[in-house]
Amino acid sequence: MTQRVLAPFGRRRCEVTANVASGGYRIFSALDAAGPQPRAGQFYMLATERWGSTLGRPYLPRAFSVADAKATDEGVRLDFLVEAVGPGTEALAALAEDDGLLLTGPLGRPFSSPGEVTPDADGAVLVGGGIGIAPLALLRRQLARRGVPQRVLLGFRDREHSGGVEELFGCEEVRLASEDGHAGHRGFVTDLLAVLLAGDDASRAVVYACGPPAMLEAVRGLCAERGVGAELAMEAPMACGFGSCFGCAVPLADGSYIRLCVDGPVVRADQLDTALVAGSGHR
Amino acid sequence: MTDLSLEVCGLRLAHPVLNGSGTFDALAARRVFGDALLEVFPFSAYVSKTITPEPRIGNPPPRLYETPAGMVNSIGLPNKGLEGFLLEDLPGLAELPVPLIVSVMAPSREGFAHLVEGVGRRDEVSAIELNVSCPNVESGLIVGEQPAETRGLLDILRPLTDKPLIVKLTPNVANPAAVAAAAEEGGADAVSLINTLRATARDPANLEPWLGAGSGGLSGPAIRALALDQVRRVTETVSVPAIGMGGVESGADAVEFLAAGATAIAVGTANFRDPLAAQRVVSELADEVLARGIGGDLGRIAGSTST
Repeated sequence: MTQRVLAPFGRRRCEVTANVASGGYRIFSALDAAGPQPRAGQFYMLATERWGSTLGRPYLPRAFSVADAKATDEGVRLDFLVEAVGPGTEALAALAEDDGLLLTGPLGRPFSSPGEVTPDADGAVLVGGGIGIAPLALLRRQLARRGVPQRVLLGFRDREHSGGVEELFGCEEVRLASEDGHAGHRGFVTDLLAVLLAGDDASRAVVYACGPPAMLEAVRGLCAERGVGAELAMEAPMACGFGSCFGCAVPLADGSYIRLCVDGPVVRADQLDTALVAGSGHR
Repeated sequence: MTDLSLEVCGLRLAHPVLNGSGTFDALAARRVFGDALLEVFPFSAYVSKTITPEPRIGNPPPRLYETPAGMVNSIGLPNKGLEGFLLEDLPGLAELPVPLIVSVMAPSREGFAHLVEGVGRRDEVSAIELNVSCPNVESGLIVGEQPAETRGLLDILRPLTDKPLIVKLTPNVANPAAVAAAAEEGGADAVSLINTLRATARDPANLEPWLGAGSGGLSGPAIRALALDQVRRVTETVSVPAIGMGGVESGADAVEFLAAGATAIAVGTANFRDPLAAQRVVSELADEVLARGIGGDLGRIAGSTST
């Protein structure tokens, strides 16, 4: 199995180096001088230094998949994609250069290699929805370095919610879907996946997906139908990120619960009866 | 470094900061942080998550809700049961560099007895905490809300082990000191308080109950002032040591609990925000002790204050 990268023990302060708008989202970067290079699918628990200082919220740190991680002379530059939808994400979206970002990580189980999911795998299909494109951006680069053939399908509600595509996927070849039809196929990204999986050449593909629960459930259903191996990066309300709070329980098909923070966030699709997880992450 | 060492019901501790039960999973943390966990283990004794006689999978999600300065949880005591704990978890917990306190809860006195005997005969275990106060499991409430029930339970458990018994008190009562007194009369070696306050949360979108189990328990700085008062009331009544907790996030918070009468302190919800929060609390507490001229004799903090 692709091993998790261990996190330094404890929370550390990183300097914010950039924060740019992209559609309705922000992409902010921080320089992690003390941390290791994360693997795609791993996440960090994030807070600002002013966390909870006024109205008592945000109190808990927020879980964010890392969208890019580039080695520099001073440390690892981590990129995160955020939409301001609550007190925590608003504080993170408002970070300015030289502000402190408090983080713990990298945390969680990363994406597996295609061969670990399907022994005779011949390529990867990445399926992202909305802000869920973030971990797939890093996965895309890590797979490309290993020469894995891949196809990328990204879907969005509308232009506002398509932030990050340009910056994180750049000139790479991606197929787009949008519900409002502003870019690519008018409809869901899972429409594109259904067509792709119906082809003869897709049986040995491995699907990697991250996005809203309804999208993940559609991906899970399609892959189960076609017998295609898949891994889903999921989200659940989480207080700690390192296995202590037991808040991020996700039910598996066998009736047991896993803690998404230590047994995920990347989960094998065939372990699930449904990807419709109760409760969203803290906002 | 200021000497903060102390003895609590026979346990020699390097400093007075423990973890609250269920707020730090040392086995999961070792998977995430590796052996660095053992090198700078932040607590002077480790309190396990509560174990029950039989395995439990816990409550349906969602299990968490953020509140101002705190959170509501309704986890439902997921654990491997006594047998699974002894077989799978105890060996890993025994590798921690500090004394191990095992938290137990059962739906009956017989169940409690089974747990205390099973855990009590293991050398790796230094003390046993009796969870009579968890608001998530109906059976737990009954004992910890009633002095007579608490006394009756202790009467059965006390003869079963020589290990220190710590009774974790529930805050969801009008008079926690009466329950503490009953525990002391029953032979408890210490009390710990407070557990979470019964609480609930609603989904702001549809106003339906948010938590999968309907209700849960509130923790974090939101409950600190209430915890401080309950620690004062309990320690004025009993003479066994009290481990005080409830929203402790700094050395300044910790010293307030000592002033209220606590002998030791536990860090709980703050661990979720920073897995090394307790290390910072210890170092800030050392600064407080130095700055206040307490000279390391933590007992004097409680003795020097009238409330």
